[in-house]
Amino acid sequence: MAELTYRDAVARGIAQEMRRDENVVLIGEDVAGAGGVFKTTVGLLDEFGPKRVIDTPIAEQAILGAAMGAAMTGLRPVAEIMFSDFFAVCWDIVVNEIAKTRYMTNGQVTVPLVIKTGNGGGLRFGAQHSQSIENWAMAVPGLKVVTPSTPEDVVGLMAASIRCDDPVLFFEHKGLYATKAEVPDGDVVDSLGVAKVRRAGSDATILALGMMVPRALAAAEQLAARGIDAEVIDVRSLVPLDTTTILGSVSRTGRLFTVEENPRLLGWGAEIASLAVDECFWDLDGPVQRITTPHVPLPSADSLEDLVMPSADSVAATVEKALQP
Amino acid sequence: MRLPLSDHRYGEHGVVLPPEAQDRHDDADIDLDLRLAMYRKLQEMRLFEKRAYDLFMRQLVKGTSHLSLGMEAISAGFGAAMRKDDYTFATYRGHAHTLARGVPMTPVLAELLGRSNGLMAGKGGSMHLTSVEHGMMGSYAIIGAHMTIANGAAWSAQYRGSGQVAVCFFGDGTTNIGAFHEALNYAAVYQLPIVFVCENNLYMEYTSIADITAVTHPAADRAPAYGLEPIVIDGNDVDEVYLTARSAIERARGGGGPSLVEALTYRHGGHSRADPGKYRPDAEVEAWKAYDPITIYRGRLLRIGVEESTLDRLDEEVLGAVELATEEAIAGDLPAPESAFTDVWADGGSSWRS
Ligand SMILES: Cc1ncc(C[n+]2csc(CCOP(=O)(O)OP(=O)(O)O)c2C)c(N)n1
Repeated sequence: MAELTYRDAVARGIAQEMRRDENVVLIGEDVAGAGGVFKTTVGLLDEFGPKRVIDTPIAEQAILGAAMGAAMTGLRPVAEIMFSDFFAVCWDIVVNEIAKTRYMTNGQVTVPLVIKTGNGGGLRFGAQHSQSIENWAMAVPGLKVVTPSTPEDVVGLMAASIRCDDPVLFFEHKGLYATKAEVPDGDVVDSLGVAKVRRAGSDATILALGMMVPRALAAAEQLAARGIDAEVIDVRSLVPLDTTTILGSVSRTGRLFTVEENPRLLGWGAEIASLAVDECFWDLDGPVQRITTPHVPLPSADSLEDLVMPSADSVAATVEKALQP
Repeated sequence: MRLPLSDHRYGEHGVVLPPEAQDRHDDADIDLDLRLAMYRKLQEMRLFEKRAYDLFMRQLVKGTSHLSLGMEAISAGFGAAMRKDDYTFATYRGHAHTLARGVPMTPVLAELLGRSNGLMAGKGGSMHLTSVEHGMMGSYAIIGAHMTIANGAAWSAQYRGSGQVAVCFFGDGTTNIGAFHEALNYAAVYQLPIVFVCENNLYMEYTSIADITAVTHPAADRAPAYGLEPIVIDGNDVDEVYLTARSAIERARGGGGPSLVEALTYRHGGHSRADPGKYRPDAEVEAWKAYDPITIYRGRLLRIGVEESTLDRLDEEVLGAVELATEEAIAGDLPAPESAFTDVWADGGSSWRS
């Protein structure tokens, strides 16, 4: 076991798979020489050389197009889009090409591709560098969507994503890069589509993703002090979605809260709330509640950004209020 | 001379016919059998698309489709110069490019008809023809996107040392979208084994390219900006296309990097089925129809000694093949309803729950 930052875990996961399979290659802006703007790819150029770790022009369409074409013809590329906000620049390639090609070609073409990106807010970067866009991605048939919240999950889910034959959007949370935790030695390989219970509890189910996971856990501690025993589930993978773990928990606790960083309208929590109503309505003891960023672009000032993003306090307060008899 | 946009009068842009020199490639170093094969391919593309049009008029082909009647020499010339395992990336105007790779007519026609014996069993349609087994890596309906994707296939070939080359076709209108520029720089930076082929048929959809582009040759004039040579060819002369294709592909295969070829041509009909193409001056349409790639090529083959009867026989054979393909395609069943739910994912299914 070694203690690793979330940031270093990204490079560790990619390196693990590059050692295993020479068809794994990495491309993106500043990923090679500079080791990435978030330093998530440090050391890869030294170990694997410029044929496999490639700095690209600032050309998001060209990057993802090249990654897709290479994935169609035998490579397993990992492509970096620096900030997830920049997906808007290459969304055509993601949605119309990468996601649909397998279906339109009736299975002739497979696109085993990982697109990694820095997602999310909390760093005062302002509205064009802070968005949580997992709900954009989740809305497109053909894309898998993964968001790890711990260093160990980063390594294991990165490995699983690279080994996956489908295109995976891998959302690293910028606000978690500096966090540290133990990661087992040796190869770490996880599975896509498996949610994790981070804290068991019997009174309420709190679902969270990415940076909202530590906040939900902190909220659960506050709630415990007030006599409420909340279960916290790290969703980890929006597509495929582990409905067994999620709905199983809801059925036991009878209450569902989702903690979403994305703006409110059509966030992933709405989909899960609808599932809960469809599939375990009679187990619910009260309405499903969504705790989200309101429907605003993220402001830059620290006081404003903190105000709009869900916090441990706001999660705890919402749950406590809802559970009051 | 360029006019400011406000001075442009639609329908009065110049006719950019290539210089009339129909005999210029009579002595070209091209094997006679290959020439006959290219002639046959031209006819196959022509008669296939005419048939597709008839089936559309009978409301058997639905939706839309984009014909390349009049533009066949580009597909045929490149097809003849490509190695079996080279990659083709085409646009929604991709019937001829698909046939050029040796994909049989029946599954292509069946795909247009939405049948289970279609090339993609009815899940792609006219605008997305793909046959990986023939190196036909897809037809893409978003302008320019596929130029970036073709780069990826070329990169993978380079990485694997396979010697394969990617050939990517697109229209003149495509030269004004960002992806074109991103793709060209990218290919040039990494010296990818790729040939970009602009089929300049003088119009994007309904607008003359001259009216909305600041240079005369929308692809070739921009090539030097990316470190590439400007190459403009007569896209209606299949021998000229073949010779150009041969050298560009050879260069790419030998590690010489990308090329950008602008082939001048003209579509006989409108942009798509819904378009009668009335925005084009009659004289321009007439002049280009007279400069038809099949007429030109037939003339050349006769001049160099091929018997008229040989060509007539080829024509008849192709017509017979189109009749047969039509029967076979129409006889196909409708796709099984379950097939709408397959192949979203690599496990063959569409479930988003684990
Ligand atoms: C991004 C995008 N914008 C617009 C369209 C609509 N559209 C389809 S074909 C076309 C014209 C393309 O012209 P050109 O590149 O010259 O190709 P051609 O049809 O002449 O082969 C347009 C505007 C599209 N498919 N994709």
